[in-house]
Amino acid sequence: MQVSRYWRMNAQRYMMANGGVATAEKEEEKTFTFSGRGTIYSYSTVYDAPAGFEAYKPYVVGLIKLDEGPMVTAQITDIDAKEVEIGMPVEMVTRKLRTEGDEGVIVYGYKFRPSVVV
Amino acid sequence: MTAFQRKNDLMKPDKPVGIVGYGAYVPRYRIPASEISRMWTGGEGGVPIKEKAVNGLDEDVVTMSIEASRNALDRAQIDPQDIRAVWVGSESHPYAVKPTSTMVAEAIGAVPNTQAADWEFACKAGTEAMQAAMGFVGSGMARYALSVGMDTAQGRPGDALEYTAAAGGAAVLVGPGEESAVQIHGSYSMVTDTPDFWRRAHAEYPSHGDRFTGEPAYFKHILGAAQYLMEAMGRTAADYQWAVFHQPNAKFPMRAAKQLGFTNEQIEPGLLSPRIGNTYSGSCMIGLTAILDVAQPGDRILMVSYGSGAGSDAFDLEVTEKINDIRDRATTTEAYISRRSEIDYATYTRFRDKLKM
Amino acid sequence: MGEHWDVSLRHLAWQAIEAALDDAKTTDIDALYVGNMLAGRLSHQDHLGALIADYSGLRGAEAVAVEAGEASGAIALRQALLAVKSGEIKTALVVGVEKATDQTGSEALSAQSTSLDADYETMHGVTPAAVAGLMMQRYMHEHQVELENFAGFSVNAHANAGANPLAMYRNRLKAERFAAAPVVSAPVNLFDAAPVADGAAAVVITSHERALAMAPKPVRIAGSAVATDGFALHDRQDILWLSAVTKSTQAALKRANLAIEDIQLFELHDSYTVMSALALEAIGLAERGQGWQLAAEGKIGRDGPYPMSTFGGLKARGNPLGATGLYQVVEASLQLRGEAGDCQIPDVKIGLTQNLGGSGATAVTHILRV
Repeated sequence: MQVSRYWRMNAQRYMMANGGVATAEKEEEKTFTFSGRGTIYSYSTVYDAPAGFEAYKPYVVGLIKLDEGPMVTAQITDIDAKEVEIGMPVEMVTRKLRTEGDEGVIVYGYKFRPSVVV
Repeated sequence: MTAFQRKNDLMKPDKPVGIVGYGAYVPRYRIPASEISRMWTGGEGGVPIKEKAVNGLDEDVVTMSIEASRNALDRAQIDPQDIRAVWVGSESHPYAVKPTSTMVAEAIGAVPNTQAADWEFACKAGTEAMQAAMGFVGSGMARYALSVGMDTAQGRPGDALEYTAAAGGAAVLVGPGEESAVQIHGSYSMVTDTPDFWRRAHAEYPSHGDRFTGEPAYFKHILGAAQYLMEAMGRTAADYQWAVFHQPNAKFPMRAAKQLGFTNEQIEPGLLSPRIGNTYSGSCMIGLTAILDVAQPGDRILMVSYGSGAGSDAFDLEVTEKINDIRDRATTTEAYISRRSEIDYATYTRFRDKLKM
Repeated sequence: MGEHWDVSLRHLAWQAIEAALDDAKTTDIDALYVGNMLAGRLSHQDHLGALIADYSGLRGAEAVAVEAGEASGAIALRQALLAVKSGEIKTALVVGVEKATDQTGSEALSAQSTSLDADYETMHGVTPAAVAGLMMQRYMHEHQVELENFAGFSVNAHANAGANPLAMYRNRLKAERFAAAPVVSAPVNLFDAAPVADGAAAVVITSHERALAMAPKPVRIAGSAVATDGFALHDRQDILWLSAVTKSTQAALKRANLAIEDIQLFELHDSYTVMSALALEAIGLAERGQGWQLAAEGKIGRDGPYPMSTFGGLKARGNPLGATGLYQVVEASLQLRGEAGDCQIPDVKIGLTQNLGGSGATAVTHILRV
């Protein structure tokens, strides 16, 4: 059973923020949160899935160029694989990444989807 | 007028409270009722709604509550650190033991200085969290409290409820009256022990009393709560621009509205069940968000939830000028409903984890 | 090479070790270096240094296993080389071994993905093929290249493997069938990806003088260099430039006092066709975006100027993960010694082997000559 490995990354995974919590001793440590907006830099549709991801196949993984500059690897969700294109604007959502079997924890984290019109 | 009516039964906090932000979420997938009918009745006979919303493989009440809550926060534009309670009402929490609410609180940046809890009361878990939020804010214990009603509802294959048991819901951020886009003037709750619908601890699907779910359950509580509240507030149906009721299908809320004296026009914007199904804990709350997307300052709204088991929470609401500021800051409920991708029964069984792997 | 269901990890290693000792005409080994990637995951066996030393008749010798993902084999060779150069170890034995088939299905794929970033890549369902897919899709986009254009690499590998009795896939591959293969992680397909396989290969390393005295046909390691890159693909400045490949190639050439034009044989890490194209560009044989053309124009064939994957490469000989680096060195050595049988390229004196870990985070380059 693995828990701490997932738990220590809650801030990064849930909201793309660093884990910093400002305390009296570390007042300078402020949380930076990405806007979650970016574009698809590249993508690949996974048909041969590793353990823990079998139920989701086929799924699309992508390299997302965030508006702030850095790139992240994440799944692209809420889209049919054939509709994915390089350059497509996407926004961050928090989704289920995987489950540790039927009785283990559910791991949540960032994925990206085509921007929904406001 | 009713056996329940006594003095001080109305819930009204000492200080004015209201809704400072609201947000909806509906997943992208839809299964037409005709597709379910094709499976179980050979396509013969009527269907209760047009289609229902279905969550994707990577969605559950946690992920959906996070998105609705982010929409509420985007509209309210407050510091999430000022939230003192994150409450999620649902009958499909992904864990039997481990709060949905702490995950939502973490994902919206509300931790650690907040209360958090999961609520359960069939389809009215979200609105009772709203009443609790009124108490928290109205007493001065909290500046803001977040209440979510969200479900990925279970329907037994072939059962009448399979046509309607849907995924979706809404988040309502309650705050001080002076900051509110919607004033909450008062609320009233009515509950009795009525066994119309239930799910035992380890059962996969709920059971129900069939036609017993109507008159002695839904209608008795919805009508009772609505009438009591309107009387206590000194209003009639004509005083409200809009009304929204719990929507197990399309027929029940229309009939309840008619019996209470509301016109079809008054309930039309909030009546979403024909297009997304019954989102259980989210049902009347997401209806409210659809109304707020079109309401004007000064509009009065009656909202009445219903939860099996059974009870109703009724709310007397009034839209303020602030609605025009906050409305466009997040995705509208209609935009979510229009974002639509039709699936067949096979895909539905896969998405709903009905396939043995 | 292939699926040796009836052979265990230690037995595979021993077979290779016995062949190497026999070839080197010695049993006087001071230290054993084992290159392996996944025994702990696949066979529930770690502590391979002592295990394989004991099982191969080297009980008492210094022994250690080293791990650098798919580059474990070449990294083990590098460690042996440093030890011998230091003078601390006179003669070292290096074995690369992978018992890949001890685990099958999605669990095996999960294990193979451990050379990527667990927190920021594999947690999102990424596999080695998916990373290659991300690179390939971007390559096709930036350079206006179609999937079919990569066929040359696999066609060449299969053609060469046909002459290698130890290869996993000896069938000929027709270029027109390349793009129609079942998809693994789009656009990467089955004919594009190297098959993971069981395998072991071993070499004996000693000083130049001792080698001349000991073995009939020693091969000189003229250059050896390791470099690393951004660990996760998304953290690199340019995902289509294998900077560790450039760096380790240049360093190895410099140590060998050679230029890339002097190299007559290339055993590159052709785990995916896009990796071959990117490696050819990064080592300086092709312009950016042109690597695939060398294969398309037949320049990597046996008669071409840059013979590549001469025993079938990872693609057709098979990809034994942590043993790959040693396979490359053994194959290049056979070529240089003129003992490559039907795979022989005429008159080769200088060869380059290159073993990559992860998506190119580790690059190990060796230059061999006779």
